[in-house]
Amino acid sequence: MTHGAWDTVADVVSMICLLGGAFLAFAAGVGVLRFPDLLSRMHAGTKPQVLGLVLVLVGLALRLRSGGAVWALVLVVVFQMLTAPVAAHMVGRAGFRTGKVRSDLLVVDELTRDLDARDAADGGNGGTDARPGNGSGTDGGSSAGNGRGADDGTGTVRT
Amino acid sequence: MNVVVVVCSALLVVGAGLAVVRAEKGPSMLDRTIALDIVVTTMLAGIALYAAVYRRADVVPILVVLSLVGFVGSVTIARFASVEPEGEGRVRTREEIAAEEAERRAAEESSRAEAEGAVTGDHHESPPVDADEHHGGGAAGEVR
Repeated sequence: MTHGAWDTVADVVSMICLLGGAFLAFAAGVGVLRFPDLLSRMHAGTKPQVLGLVLVLVGLALRLRSGGAVWALVLVVVFQMLTAPVAAHMVGRAGFRTGKVRSDLLVVDELTRDLDARDAADGGNGGTDARPGNGSGTDGGSSAGNGRGADDGTGTVRT
Repeated sequence: MNVVVVVCSALLVVGAGLAVVRAEKGPSMLDRTIALDIVVTTMLAGIALYAAVYRRADVVPILVVLSLVGFVGSVTIARFASVEPEGEGRVRTREEIAAEEAERRAAEESSRAEAEGAVTGDHHESPPVDADEHHGGGAAGEVR
């Protein structure tokens, strides 16, 4: 094949990749709007964060076809792969501890099982965990934000 | 080529719009965080699409910066997410905010009047000292 033919092939493949990435972003928008609780919304939201981004950047790299820019794109993908799990872990942890996880939608809930086992082993003195589904958590919903220093007024969840 | 670009941008715009709708509705802070994460990712994809269409290699550093900044935002919000009382997980109307503000101001006024009364009277009761305040205690609403 000639040089020009390879350019055409690269352009077509890049367009397909861009289409795939854009479709994943669209799917994330639909999913995050329609899914019922925090964890399933996180599930929808992670599609374009890694796979969609990889597809879009592969498309961009095939279109740019120059060394330096492509290495910067590899850097973007590596950053995203390092940071997306950390962000997802923090959001999921905060959601679980503040009772945003609906336990009736979970198929497997190993954390609640383990916490219950720990509480049983402790003899039931660790009663301050915010379990999914109990809504208001432990502090009775006093006004958050102005309860400076008052331990029961800060909305803090201690485990 | 042109058709593909139009379809891609339409998909990205609709996806970001749906995520913004969820950020407005989102019952909790964390739902909004996720929705805004998706908006940031869609912006990344949009900038990459622009760079691909016009072969602009000079916007690639913007992609690097955006991918890092989006991470910082969501982690910070998740760290300080707190248990929200029932009914606070939505955008309040102007009247509700005004009512709350008036209530808070009245409470402040009454507590100040009380404190002044205590000062002019005898000092049988010392003012409450907040121990956490002087030791740099945890921020309000922090998830540990």
